[in-house]
Amino acid sequence: MAVLLIAEHDNAHLKDATHKALTAAAQLGGDVHVLVAGNNADAAAAQAAKLQGVAKVLHVDAPQYERPLAEPMAALIVALAGPYDHIVAPATTNGKNYTPRAAALLDVMQISDISEVKSPDTFVRLIYAGNAVQTVQSTDKKKVITVRTAAFQATGEGGSAAIEKTAAPADPGLSSYQSENLSKSDRPELTSAKIIISGGRGMQNGENFHMLDKVADKLGAAVGASRAAVDAGFVPNDYQVGQTGKVVAPDLYIAVGISGAIQHLAGMKDSKVIVAINKDEEAPIFQVADYGLVADLFQAVPELEAELGKLGK
Amino acid sequence: MKVLVAVKRVVDYNVKIRVKADGSGVELANVKMSMNPFDEIGVEEAVRLKEAGKATEVVAISVGPAQAQETIRTALAMGADRGILVKSDDYVEPLGIAKILKGVIEAEKPDLVILGKQAIDDDCNQTGQMLSALLGWAQATFASKLEINGSEATVTREIDGGLQTIKVKMPLIMTTDLRLNQPRYASLPNIMKAKKKPLEEKSPADYGADVAPRLKVVNTAEPPKRLAGVKVKTVPELVSKLKEAGVI
Ligand SMILES: Cc1cc2nc3c(=O)[nH]c(=O)nc-3n(C[C@H](O)[C@H](O)[C@H](O)COP(=O)(O)OP(=O)(O)OC[C@H]3O[C@@H](n4cnc5c(N)ncnc54)[C@H](O)[C@@H]3O)c2cc1C
Ligand SMILES: Nc1ncnc2c1ncn2[C@@H]1O[C@H](COP(=O)(O)O)[C@@H](O)[C@H]1O
Repeated sequence: MAVLLIAEHDNAHLKDATHKALTAAAQLGGDVHVLVAGNNADAAAAQAAKLQGVAKVLHVDAPQYERPLAEPMAALIVALAGPYDHIVAPATTNGKNYTPRAAALLDVMQISDISEVKSPDTFVRLIYAGNAVQTVQSTDKKKVITVRTAAFQATGEGGSAAIEKTAAPADPGLSSYQSENLSKSDRPELTSAKIIISGGRGMQNGENFHMLDKVADKLGAAVGASRAAVDAGFVPNDYQVGQTGKVVAPDLYIAVGISGAIQHLAGMKDSKVIVAINKDEEAPIFQVADYGLVADLFQAVPELEAELGKLGK
Repeated sequence: MKVLVAVKRVVDYNVKIRVKADGSGVELANVKMSMNPFDEIGVEEAVRLKEAGKATEVVAISVGPAQAQETIRTALAMGADRGILVKSDDYVEPLGIAKILKGVIEAEKPDLVILGKQAIDDDCNQTGQMLSALLGWAQATFASKLEINGSEATVTREIDGGLQTIKVKMPLIMTTDLRLNQPRYASLPNIMKAKKKPLEEKSPADYGADVAPRLKVVNTAEPPKRLAGVKVKTVPELVSKLKEAGVI
């Protein structure tokens, strides 16, 4: 029994999604090997080797893995799949892109976005925007799984696994990277932040999101948004929390001017403490909020910032 | 250029679903069904390609029960030219859907196939990627912009950190994300016209597709309920509650 975990990284840094998916991978039983496929990714491979419970790191270095395109990544996973009973990846946009491709090449039905491991072949996953919880048992020989990172704690360091350099199969040559337009921020990433403050359509425009930025800076929080705020162009796509955006479970989630549609709740209702600030006391977000404040956000948010300032934040 | 779009019939996104008390699944009787929203975006993109003179024909495909005809008719009313219903009363998993679609594609020989990134019922986000794998084609998932230039396409994708642009070879499997376009509503005259457009019926066996399920659903349950908490009157009260709770 062995598990192959596909690492999420940017060559220089291993991403937190890997640490969380590792926790799920370790529950499957068997040695966990971590695949770091990248270009000049020695640093990421070294970080993977330090994770608790990792038996081996497979490090594949080639230009086609600089950014993980689906076709070469799937070809690589299939080439390495032989000895493994489980192939696991975090359900990031990268994992969601290449893992199903590898699963189909292996003639396996992927188990997407699992939130719990019941046994080596039985898993829990959410369907219908989190409104139903399904327990599924896989009958495939190999199990190909993506992991809902918000549902698992991050595994810490403390290991010292061997790093094995592994050869790359040929690039299928079907796609090539052109450019990226990434949101730049000094704040934590949404999926690893302990506190998130999100804005919705009630924010009215992108300029007003700076009010949330100021609160976020005081709390060391990340800033998120509803789909409506993204569609309206207030903030970029990667801010979207929800069924079809990012799934988060921070210690504190503050929803500002967000009504609480099921698609939004699907992405945040496992947060430990939820705060809602909304001027409509009937807004469904109050049905999941631990602390609800019925107020105009344009008064409440600056006041919140000032109040946090008094605490020396 | 011929374009194929996959359209799935799902519970309407506005419906709050109910889980059956015996754990056997989700209540689907007398529930409003609609086209998967990501597939509406797919149909819109295909129809725009046709209107721009780039696509010559748009074919809509659904795998599902007889009622999935309505979903195909919606696609025809939006501007697709004809439809194919691959009839199956049993639920078919994404891998099985991908195998059926592969058969359809081998028969139809399209240049571009558009699927949604995710069906809002099973939330799997995998069918397009699997189909692309089975065909050995390029894939461009989570698309927010598509430009086709002869034998290549440039696609902008919504990724975790922002946007990424890739170049892919045609023929292509593309899956749609929310910001690709704003789907149109079908007009009444177009709904009438759609009734006369051709709609063929097939079966999974016509394509030799193995659709035997690989996953066994052990149980379907309600998620744990989150209880509403308290209303606070002022911001200072909110802050002191958060301090008490130890989260700030
Ligand atoms: C296929 C599909 C996928 C989707 N995926 C997602 C997803 O991943 N994430 C997501 O968020 N949504 C998603 N949605 C959209 C979802 O259905 C809702 O439309 C969306 O979440 C609404 O965003 P909102 O709450 O910001 O806007 P609205 O519903 O318009 O709510 C705005 C709120 O702001 C309040 N407000 C306005 N002004 C003020 C003020 N001055 N002070 C205080 N409060 C104020 C209002 O009372 C209202 O409650 C999806 C929809 C579909 C169909
Ligand atoms: N039964 C079906 N009929 C037609 N298309 C489907 C079907 N199931 C899935 N698809 C397509 O695959 C996409 C992704 O579905 P999924 O992988 O289940 O999340 C959907 O948006 C559809 O475009």
